[in-house]
Amino acid sequence: MRGNRLKAAVLIAFCWICHPAASDAEVLAVRNCNWCHGGSASGYPPAPALAAQRPQYVAKQLANFRTHTRDNPFSRQYMWGAARNLDADSVRNLALYFASLPPRAASDGVPSLVGLGQTIYQQGMPEANIVACVVCHGPNGEGVRDIPRLGGLDSTYLKRRLEQWNEGYHAAAGPPMISIASKLSDDQIEALASYLSFVK
Amino acid sequence: MRSLNSIQIGRTTRRARFAFLAAGILTFALAGAVSAQHRISLSGDIQAKISYCKDCHGVSAQGFNGYYPIPRLAGQQPEYIENQLRAFIEHRRTNNIMFNVAHSLSPAMINTLTAHFASLNPPPIGGAPRQLVATGRKIFEDGMPEVNIAACAACHGPEATGSGQIPRLAGQLYPYMIKTLSNWDKERGRNPTVPDAAAIMSPVAHSLNKSQIEAVAAFVSTLRSPRGTPNTVQ
Repeated sequence: MRGNRLKAAVLIAFCWICHPAASDAEVLAVRNCNWCHGGSASGYPPAPALAAQRPQYVAKQLANFRTHTRDNPFSRQYMWGAARNLDADSVRNLALYFASLPPRAASDGVPSLVGLGQTIYQQGMPEANIVACVVCHGPNGEGVRDIPRLGGLDSTYLKRRLEQWNEGYHAAAGPPMISIASKLSDDQIEALASYLSFVK
Repeated sequence: MRSLNSIQIGRTTRRARFAFLAAGILTFALAGAVSAQHRISLSGDIQAKISYCKDCHGVSAQGFNGYYPIPRLAGQQPEYIENQLRAFIEHRRTNNIMFNVAHSLSPAMINTLTAHFASLNPPPIGGAPRQLVATGRKIFEDGMPEVNIAACAACHGPEATGSGQIPRLAGQLYPYMIKTLSNWDKERGRNPTVPDAAAIMSPVAHSLNKSQIEAVAAFVSTLRSPRGTPNTVQ
């Protein structure tokens, strides 16, 4: 008991020193996220990096976890519970906090696939009816508004997410990603995930 | 012997005729099957292409706000879309993505696609500041004679539905309208050897200032198609 109190006190003191502007409760919430999402929220596969993620996207996904709209296995297992008790203020503060952290590219893809991935991302493949990701996700995968940053996320996460659109799991209530991802082959998904993991 | 021979010849001839007839019927049947299959694959191709267009331009072609604004195609004039697709190929209009897309479309596909988009009529996606709409309406309907700007309605029609190569603006995305009017000469009429209708808009786009562009953009972005169905010109 005494040991737990001591640990908690040390933890709070540590977090308070690291982020003097944040309240204790916020710091603990961030700490809870970082257990899985990695130090500085820079990702710890299979949990994606949250650093520099679009705040509107983070807030929207937390809402999607709460409503069980986002329903892939890891979401069910971890994020449904993690998001359940977050109030609107906590969601906003967490989203803004993660957005303020600098991005760090995972760079864990297969280097030989980067060329194909870059072609699909930047130009699409019109003959195969595959659209260019850049149009919505931006020239450096930075995302905008509630369209997520993809640049620098780890390739494991990117690959699974792209596969899951076509496996009947949902991350969003509506189009267009289901239709877009269903046109991608396994090799093309692998290439996109590899390319994006190196994008800074 | 002779009679037997003639019977055999007769049988052979009949068999040959039968075989010929059967082969003929089979050929027609196969040809029919092949052409039916061809038709199916063509319509499959066009369905896939429509789905591809809508992956970016929206499920009802209502447009989409991505990192870049992707224009509404719903209710758009077929002749305008066809001309713009050629403009990408002829370097009259600069857009790397659409340059590649335009190259993947056959003339038959373009006809089907433009007719399809013209037939769609979803409501505008909205998002423009409401306080700009009244000013925008005034510029659209009356122009600004003091700075030599004609009423937009004069060419684009009183309901902004366009005509022929002149585009429909009704329901067009607010950020797309702003981007297009602000960058006119950087995006349109780029090939001096192939002059096009973009030249008509160039001086107008130059004469409009930022707040006037925003006002016109806000106004047209709120417009719905007046009669419930898009105004298409055949």
